Amino acid sequence: MTEDTRDAVLVAQGLNKSFGGLQAATDLSVSARRGEIHAVIGPNGAGKTTFVHMLSGFLRPDSGKIEFQGHDITDLSPAARVRRGLARSFQITSVFREFTVLENVVLPVQSRQGHSFRFWRPALNDPTLLEPARALLEEVGLGDRADAVAGHLAHGEQRQLEIAIALATRPSFLLLDEPMAGMGPDENRALIDFLGELKTDRGMLLVEHDLDAVFALADRITVLVYGRVVVSGSPDEIRKDAQVRNAYLGETQM
Amino acid sequence: MTRRLTPAGTVTALVLALCAAVPYLAPALDEPFYVIVFARIMIWAIAAVSLNLIMGYGGMISFGHAVYLGIGGYAVGILGFHDVTSAWVQLPVAIGLSAVVALVFGVICLRTRGIYFIMITLALAQMVYFLSVSAERYGSDDGLNILWRSDFGTRLFDLEDSVVMYYTIFAVLLGCLLVKWRIVMSRFGMVLRASSSNDTRVQAVGVPTFRYRLVAFVIAGVMCGLAGFLQANLERFVSPDMMNWHRSGELILMTVLGGTSTLFGPVVGAVVFLMLSEILSTITIHWHLVFGPFLVLVVLFARGGVMGLLGSRARHD
Repeated sequence: MTEDTRDAVLVAQGLNKSFGGLQAATDLSVSARRGEIHAVIGPNGAGKTTFVHMLSGFLRPDSGKIEFQGHDITDLSPAARVRRGLARSFQITSVFREFTVLENVVLPVQSRQGHSFRFWRPALNDPTLLEPARALLEEVGLGDRADAVAGHLAHGEQRQLEIAIALATRPSFLLLDEPMAGMGPDENRALIDFLGELKTDRGMLLVEHDLDAVFALADRITVLVYGRVVVSGSPDEIRKDAQVRNAYLGETQM
Repeated sequence: MTRRLTPAGTVTALVLALCAAVPYLAPALDEPFYVIVFARIMIWAIAAVSLNLIMGYGGMISFGHAVYLGIGGYAVGILGFHDVTSAWVQLPVAIGLSAVVALVFGVICLRTRGIYFIMITLALAQMVYFLSVSAERYGSDDGLNILWRSDFGTRLFDLEDSVVMYYTIFAVLLGCLLVKWRIVMSRFGMVLRASSSNDTRVQAVGVPTFRYRLVAFVIAGVMCGLAGFLQANLERFVSPDMMNWHRSGELILMTVLGGTSTLFGPVVGAVVFLMLSEILSTITIHWHLVFGPFLVLVVLFARGGVMGLLGSRARHD
């Protein structure tokens, strides 16, 4: 399947990845644009998380190429990709559980300010770290939880923090791996609104099970099944696509 | 910042005051032997403090940390054997050699995690141990006597003077505690603690953690090498036993006993560990029978060690 790669910020071309006998990605090509939310959906085991791992550098594709802002980033480490503005969140909540909420966002703020080989001055007395960190917590609605220990937060709050950590690196493109995982309907609604606001100034690739969220947010949708792109198009096209209905949406009410 | 004195803070102050007073207290109580006991304890405390930097804050459980005691010690012993007694040679060699060895070992073992990390640090340290055992020229198993303590070339600061020796150790301990405290709270410390909590996530916010963990490993190695330098001077003796694997094990035990991830825990651990073994061994030759179960109980029921029992929150006291 060929895609229109004009304006594309993040382009994956012909990615292949197998784990032993399991083909988790086959000739996977997706391109995502600035200012848009590109959703990737598919049944369990479709290779969505593998795809995010390859885009973020935690897994190396067996073959294929990943370009970000016109540069080949296929061989870059995860950290190097973040420094170029490509950040991600995790499906399984991956906050620093022993840290306070504030410390959780101080670290990424510190990361974007350059290297951390600074041994003497206490990080938590440094206004250049604290001010942006607090501002960000306000923005995601965790302002009053700054001093709580992250591991003690409610699940929904941890999911918010999960995204806040990724945002604190000031990414120009955000990879979100199932941000709605395990959230209640009200929390979902709030997060959908929040993500909708975010997309204006950055691109997003959203892997999500919650189809309400996907159809509410996505500008383009790619459907994966068994590591292959089945179809890619606008939400309307995806709704109408018979192949998608059979392969994936069959029993879901649309 | 004003803070009420916590129980953990009180213990910290008391232990440090005790260490400071021992050279005067011990002779007054007609127990001069305790001066050397406390000098030894403080050296172990320095080593345990250094281990805790990587173990308590960086999640790197090194089972070979005593190797730097040996390296720092043999830097004094071997140079002294060749009539190089100047501290201005011995000290840089002790520090430099510890740093180089920690760098090389770190590059190898920091690629692994968990039990593999423990086993590789153990294996690498044992290599150096067997190297020292096979060094016949330097006494093999029997070790090496040190005729002259490191010479700083001035009468104002002469390690041959036992009081100067004692307070040098005390000052180095305070210095190491200060350095560790600043490091743990700094940006570097944030990265180190975060990587111990969730290394993947630290990389996912743009920090290549390997080099930070490696630098922490080297700092801890140098600090422990300094303890070895002091130990060789204090005892006027070095032997392979200084870096035997059960010394590394004892360092881990002291740290756990006092409280990992606390600044002062390892010092308390060293005091409790060494005093208890000292006292128990005067009561019965079967003192290990009491000491072993005691350690097991602490590990089982007081996960935060002594400092944990005193209500010290991890890493803030």
